[in-house]
Amino acid sequence: MAYGHASSDIGQGASDGRDPIVDQIIRSGHQRQLTFRAQFAITWLILIVGIVYLLAGGRRGLDGDFIVEWFPFILGGAATTVAISGIAIVGAVVLAIFGAMGRLSVNPWINGTASLYVSLVRGTPLLVQIFFAYYALAEVGLVLPGIVAGTAALAFNYGAYMTEVFRAGIQAVPRGQREAARALGMRERVVFWRIVIPQAFRIVTPAIGNEFIAMLKDSSLVFVIGVGELLWRAQAAGRPNVRIFEALLVAALVYWILTIIFTLFQERLERRMARADR
Amino acid sequence: MPSLGEPVLNARGIEKYFGYNHVVRGLDLELRRHETVMLVGRSGSGKSTFLRCLNFLEEPTAGVVRIADIEVEADPLHDRSRRHQEHIRQLRMRVGMVFQDFNLFPHMTVLQNCIEAPMRVKGKSRAEAVEIAERYLNKVHLMDKRDEHPARLSGGQKQRAAIARALSMEPEVLMFDEPTSALDPELIGEVLKVMEDLAHEGATMIVVTHEMHFAREAADRVIFIDEGTLVEEGPPEQLLNSPQDPRTQRFLRRFLDSGASGAD
Repeated sequence: MAYGHASSDIGQGASDGRDPIVDQIIRSGHQRQLTFRAQFAITWLILIVGIVYLLAGGRRGLDGDFIVEWFPFILGGAATTVAISGIAIVGAVVLAIFGAMGRLSVNPWINGTASLYVSLVRGTPLLVQIFFAYYALAEVGLVLPGIVAGTAALAFNYGAYMTEVFRAGIQAVPRGQREAARALGMRERVVFWRIVIPQAFRIVTPAIGNEFIAMLKDSSLVFVIGVGELLWRAQAAGRPNVRIFEALLVAALVYWILTIIFTLFQERLERRMARADR
Repeated sequence: MPSLGEPVLNARGIEKYFGYNHVVRGLDLELRRHETVMLVGRSGSGKSTFLRCLNFLEEPTAGVVRIADIEVEADPLHDRSRRHQEHIRQLRMRVGMVFQDFNLFPHMTVLQNCIEAPMRVKGKSRAEAVEIAERYLNKVHLMDKRDEHPARLSGGQKQRAAIARALSMEPEVLMFDEPTSALDPELIGEVLKVMEDLAHEGATMIVVTHEMHFAREAADRVIFIDEGTLVEEGPPEQLLNSPQDPRTQRFLRRFLDSGASGAD
């Protein structure tokens, strides 16, 4: 908008010493930007229609009636997906804070425990962990409902990866912050929870956002233990009706939209935090 | 300026090694109430390390520090022991420290910076802590910035806020570690003015500085440190105008030649 304002100034003539060519350059820059956006959108449209057509082409085409009929049912799974991911990310953050404390601890027992946690979880597939939480724990007497086992496994898994994120975040808080807090007579616990963690949190907030968006998609794995989330519902709708392609298409679309929504949300959050730091 | 009172700080035989590097070599310091002492010397002379040893931000390799009623002896082999850490904490509650890089807490407003420690360390009520903090914010002329975050302050304002934060703990001794070295030249004056006022009002202060004019104005005693030892000390006029030791003379001559004020 500032451009438009500037060009109206120029329009008032050469009295202020500016050349009308400046106006033209700015306008043509605008024009180029608009053209780029339009062509970008058209490209997406062509590609998406093309991909869907090709995938469906070998067959009878898309069953529109099925999609219309089952869309609300499949979409209902998205609420479960978001809820599982939301609860699991909170659990993961808590685990990650304690994990990072452990990984930074000078106590070998604590450090060893935290390091083993990270190593074990990062060294095994998430799917194995989900099965483990559901079936293996049941065999030793801890019978968990699928949704609890699945959410716990996700939290446990992401907690390990985010332990390293939080560790880096804690280490990124300048040393002088801790020194200033200690010089005021604060106990180590106060230094950590009141001075270090709030600053580390700000540093890792963008990373938490990324992890959450990744988790939205990874949470689809819990369908294997019968949790009625987005993918499970798509399967449940598609299989009996032999419309698996349509069902998966709807599920994929919903995941995609969820990702876009939360990415936009995260970008806004990041911008707001960047402004707060000025 | 109030006349000097009883000794409030006494450090004896402070030594500090970093690895095999002997940085502080047996320094003693006694500070009396209302006294302002300035430590000067080249960068790398050990003066900042010595200051940091006094509140155990660096654990001295040897030596003992007493501030008011608390005495802590260096214990480098057990520096993480709970008992030792608690003694150090008691000592730190009696010393305020102002850093070169301010080290204000960026996630808190100026006022929160000033009340956090009084509330969580000294157990003051919020109202009490706010009252004290506002008194000192007034003193450093920052009352209008009390609800700002540090990121919105200029360097000089940040350092004045850091001084208010240290004062809000009502310490027996204030320590300054090159408080103007990170400031743009035009902002140095406002910080030195606040410190000068404090000195004249009878605060007990130790200042590591490169500001010789300031030392002349505000110090009761200037100590020249070189290679971790005390070379010469005396009233500012004497030490700065007619230094006895050749090392002091060389240091001051170079300083005046370069016209430097904050050459660190």
